[in-house]
Amino acid sequence: MGKIILTVDDSKTMRDMLKLALSADGHIVIQADDGVNGVEALRHAGDVDVIITDINMPRMDGFGFIDQVRRDPGRRATPILVLTTETEPAKKQRARDAGATGWIVKPFDPAKLLAAVRRVSP
Amino acid sequence: MDPMEAIKQTYFQECDELLLAMEEGLIAIEAGEADGETINAVFRAVHSIKGGGGAFGFEALVAFAHIFETVLDHLRSGKLSPSGAVIKVLLRAGDVLSDHVGAARDRRALGDEHDADIKAELAALSGEEAGSDEAAPADFEGLDFTPTCIVVDEPAAQSGWKIVFRPHAALYAKANEPYLLVRELAQLGPTAVEADLTALPALDAIEPDQAYFSWTVTLTSDVAREKVEEVFDFVVGDCDLTIEPLSPAPVAVPVTAAEEFPSIAAGPVQPQEKKDAPAAHDAAKQTIRVDLDKVDRLVNLVGELVITQAMLSQRVLECRIPRASSIGDGLSELEHLLRELQESVMAIRTQPVKSVFQRMPRLVRELAAQTNKKVRLVVEGEATEVDKTVIERLGEPLTHMIRNAVDHGLETPEERAAAGKPEEGTVTLSAEHRGGRIVIEVSDDGRGIDRPRVREKAVERGLVSPAAQLSDDEVDNLIFMPGFSTASQVSNISGRGVGMDVVRRNIVDLGGRISIGSDPKQGSKFSLTLPLTLAVLDGMVVAVGDQTFVLPLAHIVESLKPRKQDVRAFGREGNLLNVRGAYVPLVDTAELLGARRAANQDGGVVILVESQGTGRLALMVDAILGQHQVVIKSFEGNYRHIDGIAAATILGDGRVALILDVDGLVASCRNRLATAETLATGT
Repeated sequence: MGKIILTVDDSKTMRDMLKLALSADGHIVIQADDGVNGVEALRHAGDVDVIITDINMPRMDGFGFIDQVRRDPGRRATPILVLTTETEPAKKQRARDAGATGWIVKPFDPAKLLAAVRRVSP
Repeated sequence: MDPMEAIKQTYFQECDELLLAMEEGLIAIEAGEADGETINAVFRAVHSIKGGGGAFGFEALVAFAHIFETVLDHLRSGKLSPSGAVIKVLLRAGDVLSDHVGAARDRRALGDEHDADIKAELAALSGEEAGSDEAAPADFEGLDFTPTCIVVDEPAAQSGWKIVFRPHAALYAKANEPYLLVRELAQLGPTAVEADLTALPALDAIEPDQAYFSWTVTLTSDVAREKVEEVFDFVVGDCDLTIEPLSPAPVAVPVTAAEEFPSIAAGPVQPQEKKDAPAAHDAAKQTIRVDLDKVDRLVNLVGELVITQAMLSQRVLECRIPRASSIGDGLSELEHLLRELQESVMAIRTQPVKSVFQRMPRLVRELAAQTNKKVRLVVEGEATEVDKTVIERLGEPLTHMIRNAVDHGLETPEERAAAGKPEEGTVTLSAEHRGGRIVIEVSDDGRGIDRPRVREKAVERGLVSPAAQLSDDEVDNLIFMPGFSTASQVSNISGRGVGMDVVRRNIVDLGGRISIGSDPKQGSKFSLTLPLTLAVLDGMVVAVGDQTFVLPLAHIVESLKPRKQDVRAFGREGNLLNVRGAYVPLVDTAELLGARRAANQDGGVVILVESQGTGRLALMVDAILGQHQVVIKSFEGNYRHIDGIAAATILGDGRVALILDVDGLVASCRNRLATAETLATGT
């Protein structure tokens, strides 16, 4: 079943790649380019099944964004995957502490991305 | 375009912006005008370049960006202070990163020596050895479980795993779902799942955010332990998990995590102050990305506005309000402003042709090497702007024409010397605006078109009759005929199995025209004339019965008044029109499109249209009403595709007119008159 997925990343390259990979599996992708716009997108989006967010972003970074999402009681059970690189293990932990459900290592393998989505969403 | 290729283009575009932002940031830091966000922005720029580069496998770029990023991270966390010397190194590193991006864009490798020095300097700044950058820390930090080392004799001998999984409340708090993990385990092999509910308290004692269940999963499969562990990747630390082999149990030896896997120090502290509008003082060129749909909507709305204004002016005139009145003045002011608005809106969609032109120098260098010719490429008018859609589709035909110029047009250095020309041939690529259209020319100072040979070949291939009287110009233009260029006479450079007819079709599809001029021994010149935008179209407005239609001007060859003796019946329902010796299928447009015939039967006009690839067609219409630039309104999205109709438009008087799809019409009429083709091409 296709899911509604919000992707938050300041790099258009990354947003496009996520969209390409996710839509190939039938998912519907909503995009935002930083945490502030991510929060804004959620305000308008209604049901979002999975959120995928970058960490390094202007205005509001991934940690702040996850924190904001988790503050909304209706989004506590929404899976959030963070995009990390191999070289930032500390950030992965910080994202988990903020409430991230899982992570995707960049550069991502589309199959792994889809597997991660399946792992956190029915 | 392949979607990955399109994303790659976006990536390079983004790189340009990021490199600029990076440099600006570094300069601001050097000038002491930086705050935490500036350093962050520089870090993010390099980080994003690295991230995208990794996705496309630009290894050298990623390796370099990684070292660079490490230094910036130290700068960000305050481990390194931004002294003048440090910034100098960083600025140079920025240049090298830019070189890496350029190399990746041009698909060439940057030699190791190119960045060895700066790599060493960066490594010195970050206190690391150059080259040791690959060692990424393992992902074992901060986990509150004890890694167990399993001594395995024969992995294949194991028949499965017993997995005991007891989620903590934190697992649910992070929106993980145990049943999804159990489901994923089931995909590794047959599973038996047992739920342990003993921890579940009495109903009134249940806390909704606590965890009470645990599961024991028996997985009968010889998958590797890592596969099983991977399933629990996201929840490690938020559950009690034991994974044991089912059969002859090898001894599990606990190792002390703290010693084997030193935990990583907490990440650099992010500066807390965040600026909402860092762009305010930004003097450099800034771009915003806008969804193309939004721009198109704007273009559409402005188009409607222009039409409404025209209708309003018409009404005012009908009310006999003089032009010189205040209302008339207001209207003409409105018209003037609207025109300006329309131009500005159209300009949003335009981009300099540079993005296409800048790929050509490399192409020429490659071709010169392959053909052993000396070639100089002169590029003019790179800044000329044209619609984005046009630009996107210009690359292929231009590439082909440049190939053609170098391969067929230019002579070898020896031939040139013998002809008294400089050994180095020149290919000129230019763009300019001319009368509301863009003209792109590719010219060379080579041997020009060998007209006798071209003519001979065209006759050979049955494209013209041996007796045909052709002007020089007509002979030159034979190279655009479908079937002129075939694999056998195309060298491996110009070739790829496409001839100039394909180039011409690409151009005509864009609503443009292509022509060639040539002087023997002096060179040839291809001229492309293209519309500035695909949202408007030069059209001929014609009356057919009680309807008005628009024919795209690019497809029209000529219009004429046929004499009775020129029309011949052909088959049961078809007619052929004799146009100076060539027979062209003649179609009554009213009948074809089901328009009601006007009372006035005689005195129709024939418009000769040409579809690239499928040939010509003579369309009988009642009258030509004029030539107009019309705004194209797509049908699809609002209605559905209709055969023979390309789109609709709104005319100045507010009436809707359909724009005819000439390619489609020609194809369908050709099908009906299957045998007409031989007649039509026989000159």
